[in-house]
Amino acid sequence: MLKIENLHAQVGDIEILKGLSLELNAGEIHAIMGPNGAGKSTLSYALGGRPGYEITSGSVNFDGQDLLELDPHERAAAGIFLGFQYPVEIPGVSNLQFLRESLNSQRKSRGEEPLSGAEFIKLAKEKAGLLKMDMDMLKRAVNVGFSGGEKKRNEMVQMGIIDPKLAILDETDSGLDIDALRVVGSGINAIMRKPDKAVLLITHYQRLLDLVKPDFVHVLAGGRIVKTGGPELALQLEEEGYEAVAA
Amino acid sequence: MSEVVKTDIQEQDERAAMNAEAQAAVDNASNYEFGWSSDIEQDFAPKGLNEDTVRFISDKKGEPQWMLDWRLKAFRMWETMESPDWAKLDIPMIDYQDAYYYAEPKAKPKLNSLDEVDPEILRVYEKLGIPIEEQKVLAGVEGARKVAVDAVFDSVSVATTFREELEEAGVIFRSISEAIKEYPDLVKKYLGKVVPMKDNYFATLNCAVFSDGTFVYIPKGVRCPMELSTYFRINAENTGQFERTLIVADEGSYVSYLEGCTAPMRDENQLHAAVVELVAMDDAEIKYSTVQNWYPGDEDGKGGIYNFVTKRGLCQGKNSKISWTQVETGSAVTWKYPSCVLNGENSVGEFYSVALTNNYQQADTGTKMIHNGKNSRSTIISKGISAGKSDNTYRGLVRVGANAENVRNFTQCDSLLLGDTCGAHTVPYIEVKNPTAQIEHEATTSKISDDQMFYAQQRGLDEEEAVSLIVNGFAKDVLKQLPMEFAVEAQKLLAISLEGSVG
Repeated sequence: MLKIENLHAQVGDIEILKGLSLELNAGEIHAIMGPNGAGKSTLSYALGGRPGYEITSGSVNFDGQDLLELDPHERAAAGIFLGFQYPVEIPGVSNLQFLRESLNSQRKSRGEEPLSGAEFIKLAKEKAGLLKMDMDMLKRAVNVGFSGGEKKRNEMVQMGIIDPKLAILDETDSGLDIDALRVVGSGINAIMRKPDKAVLLITHYQRLLDLVKPDFVHVLAGGRIVKTGGPELALQLEEEGYEAVAA
Repeated sequence: MSEVVKTDIQEQDERAAMNAEAQAAVDNASNYEFGWSSDIEQDFAPKGLNEDTVRFISDKKGEPQWMLDWRLKAFRMWETMESPDWAKLDIPMIDYQDAYYYAEPKAKPKLNSLDEVDPEILRVYEKLGIPIEEQKVLAGVEGARKVAVDAVFDSVSVATTFREELEEAGVIFRSISEAIKEYPDLVKKYLGKVVPMKDNYFATLNCAVFSDGTFVYIPKGVRCPMELSTYFRINAENTGQFERTLIVADEGSYVSYLEGCTAPMRDENQLHAAVVELVAMDDAEIKYSTVQNWYPGDEDGKGGIYNFVTKRGLCQGKNSKISWTQVETGSAVTWKYPSCVLNGENSVGEFYSVALTNNYQQADTGTKMIHNGKNSRSTIISKGISAGKSDNTYRGLVRVGANAENVRNFTQCDSLLLGDTCGAHTVPYIEVKNPTAQIEHEATTSKISDDQMFYAQQRGLDEEEAVSLIVNGFAKDVLKQLPMEFAVEAQKLLAISLEGSVG
């Protein structure tokens, strides 16, 4: 589904990704762990096409398309969803309005009919229920006045509504209390653990991986993947630290 | 709870469908959509401005002597006045002798319904999107929201509808020309009482040459059974448009009035100087909403409307309320300060404004809240959006008189900048002569952040959709004050007006 080869990316003059390669197949969940500053968030932004994150060499193929050719909204329509580490506030725009316009814009670029108001509300209710989020929250402005945990949960509701092929979740577990973590974990499983979908989990901690079992764990350090293993690698990291494992 | 959500969204759907026609027109508008002119024969006053012009206009309208005298007095006054220069506007000299002051469609029809209107004029209305509401009601759509339209085609009202139903309620809804003849006493009593003849250069000019406009009187205790609406339109080349509106809400009455404006594309600047006067008696409420999208000029700042408007409401009675809501996206130059004179005890003044400027547009707009009554309160919410090389100024006065006890004002002025070649300015004047007053002023200036843009794009919106969404969110507090008929149109207008301003 996703094949990243020898990706180099820089922000300003500073090269952050230095030859990163990674392959995800449909039905797989991958975790990326790594020390601060290793380039984890840069990887997610680079895949999302954020302006300012310049790809200097390498390639990214997504479902047979050259991903780097696409604008950010086209990547979204192609099926890529980014769960933000710091979800952004949009004052005056309700979550429902935001998601409905976003979803219908995606559907339009895929040549699908837009969802009617009633269809959309039905979908939103279902996904909000999955994440135990009150519909009243969705009527409020996007992330405005939301706690850190609510913002993260909101990201997952958005993911449920948008229903992407590939979710790249950047520290979705940070800022969550234990109960919320459980809700988010089971949400990810319910929405994304399907034979035609894949997940790239960026995280610092084992606790999310207890809930969402990865098929592969990668260590990202110095702008490239330095080690790949199974779920046991995460446990080893937790015990021994990045320095020992990645060395 | 969820039912409410459903309703909201479905309502949005219905509104969207309702406005599909207008939206179809605006959706593909990379240029100004209303930039066409129709071939209706015009009857012009000779070019230039002198006493003869004033007499011509008055004569054309068959006005009584007192009206002509009033106009002539204003004209002589105007000749001694000078154009104000305190606004943050850069306006070339206007040659008042190089314009026409009166134009009307020839063979002016005397009609009672839209059916009888010249098809060419109807086509114009259709392009304007006027009939969206109108057609529904005319077609007998069940539950259609009623909007009475008094359409002003250039200078003369050609059709007034729903007159019967309004008359049953005792509401007078007329063109001002008709009202001068039919209700001279009412007109005499209030004309020029809120905006005096000598008020300012443009208001005085309007007194001399006003072409047409609207008169509304809501009798005691009457809640106007429908929203009243006038669509203004400037159509003749080089014809200044001088509208005059007078709305009087008697004790305990309520009226909501909508004013929408579009003008066809012309190269030369066109002058517009309107005067709107509102009077609210005891316990009366007037809600006045404007969506203004006159031709703003092209990308190089060529052409566009010069819009000098004096709008003022008098809260004369106790517990009276006047609320102005405006969405200003058009005109090359906007000079406009819809104000409230709060004389009544416990009276309330509100001003909700979105002013958007792009390319070379200039807007200097705001409000005046003059508190003379005890316990009078006012709210000012101003949202300025600047893009391109435009300049956008909020100018507002809050004045509290010495005898006005316990006055409250809350003002919020937010400016949003798109790009780094535009300007946003906030100029608040606060004059308080009574120590019991509580005045609050909040102001912010911000840009659309890269974070917001990427977030929205990552969810699937393209760049323009993302900007439009964020801008509409920014203006939400004002847009939600608009009657539903206007809300969708206004959102679309913001999006259209920003086209080409991103990337």
